Amino acid sequence: MSAETVAALKAKFPNITDRASLDHPAVNAPAAEAGGVLQALRDEHGFDLLADVTAVDWAKGSSPRFTVVYHLFSTTGHGYFRVAADCPLDGDPEVPTATGLWPAANWHEREVYDMFGIRFTGHPDLRRILMWDAYPYFPLRKEFPLAGIDTPLPDPEIAAETGTAVKPAPMAGGPFVASSGAMNMTEAEPRAKDESWNERRTKPEA
Amino acid sequence: MPADYAFPDASAKNAAGELETEKMSLSMGPSHPSTHGVLRIQMELDGEIVTKAEPVIGYLHRGDEKIAENMTYNQFVPYTDRLDYLAPLANNMAYAIAVERLAKLEVPPRCQAIRVITAEMARLSAHLLGLGAYAIDVGAWTVFMYTFTEREKLYRLFEELTGARFTTSYARIGGVARDVPEGWIGRTTAFCDQFLPILEEILKLLTRNKIFMDRTVGIGAISRQDAIAYGLTGPNLRGSGVPLDLRKDKPYSGYDQYEFDVPVGASGDCYDRYLVRGEEMRQSVRIIRQAAGRLPDGPWHVTDARRIFAPPKEKILTSMEELIQNFMLVTEGPQMPAGEVYFEAENPKGALGFYVVSKGGGVPWRLKIRAPSFCNLSILPKVCVGAMISDVVSILGSLDFVMGECDR
Repeated sequence: MSAETVAALKAKFPNITDRASLDHPAVNAPAAEAGGVLQALRDEHGFDLLADVTAVDWAKGSSPRFTVVYHLFSTTGHGYFRVAADCPLDGDPEVPTATGLWPAANWHEREVYDMFGIRFTGHPDLRRILMWDAYPYFPLRKEFPLAGIDTPLPDPEIAAETGTAVKPAPMAGGPFVASSGAMNMTEAEPRAKDESWNERRTKPEA
Repeated sequence: MPADYAFPDASAKNAAGELETEKMSLSMGPSHPSTHGVLRIQMELDGEIVTKAEPVIGYLHRGDEKIAENMTYNQFVPYTDRLDYLAPLANNMAYAIAVERLAKLEVPPRCQAIRVITAEMARLSAHLLGLGAYAIDVGAWTVFMYTFTEREKLYRLFEELTGARFTTSYARIGGVARDVPEGWIGRTTAFCDQFLPILEEILKLLTRNKIFMDRTVGIGAISRQDAIAYGLTGPNLRGSGVPLDLRKDKPYSGYDQYEFDVPVGASGDCYDRYLVRGEEMRQSVRIIRQAAGRLPDGPWHVTDARRIFAPPKEKILTSMEELIQNFMLVTEGPQMPAGEVYFEAENPKGALGFYVVSKGGGVPWRLKIRAPSFCNLSILPKVCVGAMISDVVSILGSLDFVMGECDR
């Protein structure tokens, strides 16, 4: 079923390409055509349940930097399908929304916007969902530090009254973590990431 | 009374000659007993009728996905406990299977059966709590006492198996933390034997209960189309009549070897969702009995994946080769190939999905958690409109969500 689905999609959308996948059938679609591909999958191939919408940040400097990934499920055919759309602009990523196809996309896309800053054009209510509205950063971007960044409290009145802010987590030089990717032994060794101090950069005087 | 305050004119009429009414806004939560955690619902009311409901979530957001990108695959197992903290054993298993799919690793039959038993016990424990709390929400205290007593017995078994009652962290990539203790399987089937009559008693307290039916029948109905369009999964989807159960339709961990039925509802209201959960518990007991009855012998972890599963402890302490192997595993993590997988498991709350993107090495590049509670809650703005404010309590309880999972 999956090979036929991919072939039928390719006949209809010549711009889509196969995507390397370890499990489910997957295609890469240009961001502008992703909505059409999703609609074809829903209406012609029975992938009626939008299981998940998420994004991957390939880190600053890589292009395309952001990829939006959709996972569809067929409640009748019992299979998954993955559609990935690279965001055309690295600095100002945006893709068309899928909320017109599935109301389920509403919250998923709000979360992707909240965490990555990817704007979904045409979304009826693109606000932050997990972080508070005035939060200034996109925490799942790779350059955002694990410890967090000093940020004012959500409510300015409370912030003025208490004089405190949301502080980065005290990391005390750690955590000592390995990095993603195949590396030689010296590089793969766990080391302190994004901390205020380590053996090369000494702890600042308090 | 302040001078600038005056009561509105109660006899004011609008253009059509009807009495003027004013919409009221009401914030329910984040600390409200019926929101089961920290969910806030901003509502707009016309009298007692809800005209708008906007869930505000994120109060329990801990950045689990960010944390996952900064540690090895094995180190993340305890974090999965804290997603749906009412069924940590099932979360552990879903995560472990997702990473095993990435490594193309097949665990031995004994490990699969142990995972099935523990996942179904987790389902029992989660449904028992959900049911008891739901009954309290709609005004029946006693049920909670019964379900909590049974849940306590399950927790004793969890403690014996994993060393912890609540946060079990039992699964490992390529196996489980330890084999089942001697006699534990017998005690588990003994639990099942005594549990079934009590379950019937619990369900009898509610199923034909006039007050319970008044609060649930016809309330919060979700149509089949809406349930699919909003991405509902688990008992909430099946309550609306969609017979989708990943254990049947996309079997993993050997679920295809067991006989069980998938209950579905007819009208998709709160009562149907309750009935589905009740029947699911009976089916879980059926699965546990089958799996425990023919638990295969043999290894309980993979034996051919030296760079993924830790060697036995006695070997680590006596042999140089295994010591190095263990050291590498602990410091650099289990070595995975590059690629991406998406795996969903049928958890008590619905389909818990993990999307793992790997660039190789011991740390995921990206790990997305598809939380069923998050998707199930997204239908709230639709299903609450037109309901009475007391119905909102009933609807929330019947959706049976966990904020730890929703907010991640």
